[in-house]
Amino acid sequence: MKGALKKIIYNCKQATFLIEKKTLGKISAAEALQLKIHLAGCSVCRTFQQQSILINHLFTSFEPEEPTLDNDFKINLQQRIEKELNKN
Amino acid sequence: MNDDKTATTEIVDLQELDPVAWVEKYADYLYRFAMMRLRDEEVARDLVQDTFLAALQQLAKFEGRSNEKTWLTAIIKNKIADFYRKQSSKNLKELALVENEQLDFFENDNGHWKSPHQPQPFGLDADNPLLIKELGLILDACLKKLPALWFSVFSMKHMDDLASAKICATLKLSDSNFWVIMHRTKINLRACLQKHWN
Repeated sequence: MKGALKKIIYNCKQATFLIEKKTLGKISAAEALQLKIHLAGCSVCRTFQQQSILINHLFTSFEPEEPTLDNDFKINLQQRIEKELNKN
Repeated sequence: MNDDKTATTEIVDLQELDPVAWVEKYADYLYRFAMMRLRDEEVARDLVQDTFLAALQQLAKFEGRSNEKTWLTAIIKNKIADFYRKQSSKNLKELALVENEQLDFFENDNGHWKSPHQPQPFGLDADNPLLIKELGLILDACLKKLPALWFSVFSMKHMDDLASAKICATLKLSDSNFWVIMHRTKINLRACLQKHWN
């Protein structure tokens, strides 16, 4: 095996980097192959990959605990808008 | 002639705008939109207010090609991008931190996980909505600890599925910095989740 390839195939830092880049962007065919070989032999990075995707899902499906503005704020805002409109 | 034409268009367009009803119709929608992207109640409230006030200033520029809601959403998107930009310009030093902290998780010479930082399975059923909700709350706390620039990059990529080139242009980052930050952010968030979950 060539030195550079060997280095990447056993490198978790590089593998996790490629996992992120693959999920959200593009990686080359050579990188995809390196990643595939790495993941086949590295259960820790497979766990990372699963959890990485879970985190993306958790982030995008977030619901604010207080999903609405309070009434005082809205009343205040309404008054400001009407005042601005009356200026013209 | 041209002036007349413009004036007519504005009159037609203004009839489609009803600022008196904005708060009732769009305030909560815009607040939620900003909260999803910024995770900060104070900032989200301020941006809703700024959006309406900016829209009032721009009434004459509204071109009727989009509806009111789309138009207001475009304005708040710009405000959010401005906010990210300000945050990131304050945090140029963070980029240096990115590389330094990288050493903590991986062995310097071969890039292997350092054993204390190896990802462990969360041991949960990802289909259980209660556990997922709990994990979501922990993630929210973890997000608040991120450097502002990292959060901005992560949020812009995920919430609006923006092309990385556009995010880099907005935040003045190089493409390689962008991916380093995405990688670092994920490693940090994952470690933070594991720490507070188990």
